[in-house]
Amino acid sequence: MNNDIFSSIIRRDSFFGRLNAGLKMGVMFLLIIAIMITKDPVTSLGFFGAQVLLVSLCGFNLLRLSFYLWPLLVALLTTGWSTALLAPKTGQILWDFGLNSISTGSLEVAVNMMLRALAMTIPSLVFVMSTDPTDLGDALAQRWRLPARFVLAALVALRLVGVLFGEWHALGQARRARGLGAGQSWWGRVRTAAGQCFALLVQAIRRGSRLAVTMEARGFGAGRRTWARESTVSRADYLVLAVSVLIIVAVYGLSAALGSLTFIWG
Amino acid sequence: MNTQTENPTSITDSADTRGALIELDSLSWHHPGRENPTLNSLSLTIKPGEKVLLLGPSGAGKSTLLHAIAGVLYDQDGQSASGSITINGVPAEQARGLIALMQQDPESSVVLSRVGDDVAFGAENMAVEPSQIWQRVQESLNAVGLGHLELERSTAALSGGQKQRLGLAGILAMRPAALALDEPTANLDPEGVIEVRDAVLAAASTTGATLLVVEHRVGIWSPFMDRVIVLGTDGTISHDGTPEQVLGAARDELIAGGVWVPEYEPELPAFSAPAPGRSLIAARKLGISRVTPTRKSLKIRRAQVKKHPEPIELNLEAVKNYTPQALRDITELSLHEGEHISLLGPNGAGKSTLALTLAGLLYPVAGRLEASRALRTARGGEKIQAHWDIASWNPAQLVSRIGYVFQEPEYQFVTSRVRDELQVGPRRVAALEHRTVDEAELAARTDELLERLRLTHVQDANPFTLSGGEKRRLSVATALATRPQVLILDEPTFGQDARTWAELVQLIRRLVSEGVAVLSITHDEAYTRALGGAHIRLENVHSMTNGLQAEENTHE
Amino acid sequence: MKNYRWRVNEIVVLAVLAAACSVLFAIWNTAVYPAAKGLLVATPEYRPLIGGVWLLAGVLCGYIIRRPGAALAGELIAAFISSMLPGGAGASGEILLSGLIQGIGAEIIFALFLYKRWDALTALLAGALSGAFMGVSELIIYYAGVYEGSKAFVYALCSIISGAILAGGVSWLLTRALAQTGVLASLASGAQSRRA
Repeated sequence: MNNDIFSSIIRRDSFFGRLNAGLKMGVMFLLIIAIMITKDPVTSLGFFGAQVLLVSLCGFNLLRLSFYLWPLLVALLTTGWSTALLAPKTGQILWDFGLNSISTGSLEVAVNMMLRALAMTIPSLVFVMSTDPTDLGDALAQRWRLPARFVLAALVALRLVGVLFGEWHALGQARRARGLGAGQSWWGRVRTAAGQCFALLVQAIRRGSRLAVTMEARGFGAGRRTWARESTVSRADYLVLAVSVLIIVAVYGLSAALGSLTFIWG
Repeated sequence: MNTQTENPTSITDSADTRGALIELDSLSWHHPGRENPTLNSLSLTIKPGEKVLLLGPSGAGKSTLLHAIAGVLYDQDGQSASGSITINGVPAEQARGLIALMQQDPESSVVLSRVGDDVAFGAENMAVEPSQIWQRVQESLNAVGLGHLELERSTAALSGGQKQRLGLAGILAMRPAALALDEPTANLDPEGVIEVRDAVLAAASTTGATLLVVEHRVGIWSPFMDRVIVLGTDGTISHDGTPEQVLGAARDELIAGGVWVPEYEPELPAFSAPAPGRSLIAARKLGISRVTPTRKSLKIRRAQVKKHPEPIELNLEAVKNYTPQALRDITELSLHEGEHISLLGPNGAGKSTLALTLAGLLYPVAGRLEASRALRTARGGEKIQAHWDIASWNPAQLVSRIGYVFQEPEYQFVTSRVRDELQVGPRRVAALEHRTVDEAELAARTDELLERLRLTHVQDANPFTLSGGEKRRLSVATALATRPQVLILDEPTFGQDARTWAELVQLIRRLVSEGVAVLSITHDEAYTRALGGAHIRLENVHSMTNGLQAEENTHE
Repeated sequence: MKNYRWRVNEIVVLAVLAAACSVLFAIWNTAVYPAAKGLLVATPEYRPLIGGVWLLAGVLCGYIIRRPGAALAGELIAAFISSMLPGGAGASGEILLSGLIQGIGAEIIFALFLYKRWDALTALLAGALSGAFMGVSELIIYYAGVYEGSKAFVYALCSIISGAILAGGVSWLLTRALAQTGVLASLASGAQSRRA
């Protein structure tokens, strides 16, 4: 049972790993929203290129992430597919399958959407791959002033994810041992699966209740608390923020100059 | 905290924290929806630094009392509680940090994912200056013998005993004046029990903290305690005195309540196991692992199994990317009718992994594991006999032949009514055998099983609402409902009181006499003694040269 | 006299419940969702029909904990955890944003009932509005300029129906079943079922 699913991913010793996690999240949102509100291919490509270039310059090996990229590519392709089907059928019809069809116009829209989605994966990946959730919690509670009790509870819950996955497997084995699962009618199998989900929730609530007692007995939620580790913001953090703003301005500017920049409301 | 009148103790006091004075004044607690009060007008004074063992039968409200003293029991409707508890004169709910609580489940002792953060958690909540916290963290880790752990280390990989000690370190970092421990060693293997107890006693003596322990294995703690208090089933104190006095005077009462008093084992009639019959399960050079095999490797395996109607060695390792965390050299193992085998060894040695593999709930990764002919035979109206490869059986074939009782009974509950729970298996087997269920016969059988395991009075209850002992009995009953030829139990006696313990032993003896093959994972020496049969001991993977040692093979 | 400050028990149970939901999301995303998506491959505008599952965390947490903010906090924590899991890493920003949007949708219904009415209707409506927020936000953010009138309408309607059933109805059923096991005893939802 692997209870520690994050340790292999997090690279805290990298340039991005040393940044303040909260500010890093802010930068991620900034970039993603900047990409999200546009829909033309030049802007998307511009963002994609600029991000890949800068991230690589900072020593972050994107290729190492290829393991995480393939499900994304699958998701991208299905998004592209559905976009091609959904979009207005302008231009020439390319494929017609009776129920639906794809035209040059709808395909173009689909490609644009895929490029945009690809550009958005970069900040997400860099953020998750370089951030230890504990550091993020520190930053959110200390710097962003989110309610500390909720932030800490979320960290506790995150720690339990590995335990819950293990429990899910055990519950599956227990169902097999009780004679349920394969060999049942389809309705019986749906009920068995639903029962397994239910059992997981029961165990989660029991666990949560017990942990709440432990945490409360350790003074959690009693009032003012201190933080053993101060969440600090350094010059590098502001530099990253400034560079990100610069990227946005530059890409928008370039795209506008080429006459391509289009916003989703445009 | 301005109500403090006597014995002023500052929470953030320096090194030597003095013990807390705990005073209960006619404390009552009535669980909503229950008929009788759990705690009935208790008055009690516990002196600073006193070491108190709290005993009583299951359901006597020991945990409730401990939670109340620790200030974590809430009276939601305002109708449950009356009376008062003060810690050094401060009402318990306001005495945060003065008194610390540890629970039974090691997973509940750990809060955060890094060792250092976890220990610091309580101190942070008490608003200790950040500069002091790390020093306290290291001191506390040293005090519980975990000083060698890096602060950045993940808490997930620690053993149960280490998790409990980590929890204790987190408590000590708060510098509490009293420690309240609710069966802190009930879920641990024998090494873990001693490890945690010694850490607790050492911490209590260096800090001078008042110590309150609930535990039903009395012998672990009684030699080190100043005072023993016994709670009766009516929610009042029935005995209170030194360990010698109380364990003498209340011995019969405690035994009747299922408490494990020192030098006591439930009396059982002599037992002679029958001569073992036919082989049911046999394994050779078996490799076991928890790692989920890849789809591709399973496909290859299925093809091999299909090709060979007679047992062969199967190897899942041939598939790339497969990293076996397998235990090697389980050279020879067989289970016979009318035989009991105890599977022993420290936690983490792979006992459950082996048992789950034998039961067809995990794929063997190497070697040969077969259901012998006697177990394969088609039952009732079953059209074909079962395959020799247990892992490829469908669940209904499995439940008709091998019963498995998980350590956590709740994992096995699949209905919302105790009675229905016992009918799930038989109905699945009926479907397998292509026959309609004889409702009258099933009802009669269910009644008999309920009767035999003392569950008749709760037959309409939701299984999740039962007491610990009832849940254990129900989980065993569900496995017996289909009359399997093999029964595998994972720590059946963990945390059970002496009464349930004796019932389980008697039940399993009867099954063995009837010719069922029983394999029990256990740390419980008394249980192993009472059932006899062969022992298999698994050692930790790291130190293991020869994983399987048949220690003795005496059928008494 | 009602105390408006959250108890520790409520906060931690909420968070762990949200974590369990994100475990279920991860299982759903690998075991069920791809197959279901395959069935709808020619008519993607109906795809939100199976998307309601992701709204479960918000509605369920809101319905079980019964505190102002519980639905939003539940959906956000589930989104936070999903974004940290390997499957969500490449879309963490989008997951967090959609968690925020969907959580607000469910929260609005509970707030409109002043956190006083707790029955099947409340749960269904919370699921439906959460679904509406999901559908409409996706139409704006991901399908801007992609959809035509009727398809957009179908997309939004499917989101609402799916949210109402898979998040709302399921939350109601789950809460009833959970209450019977006694695990909700210390929470408002457990107290209600005890009185009933």
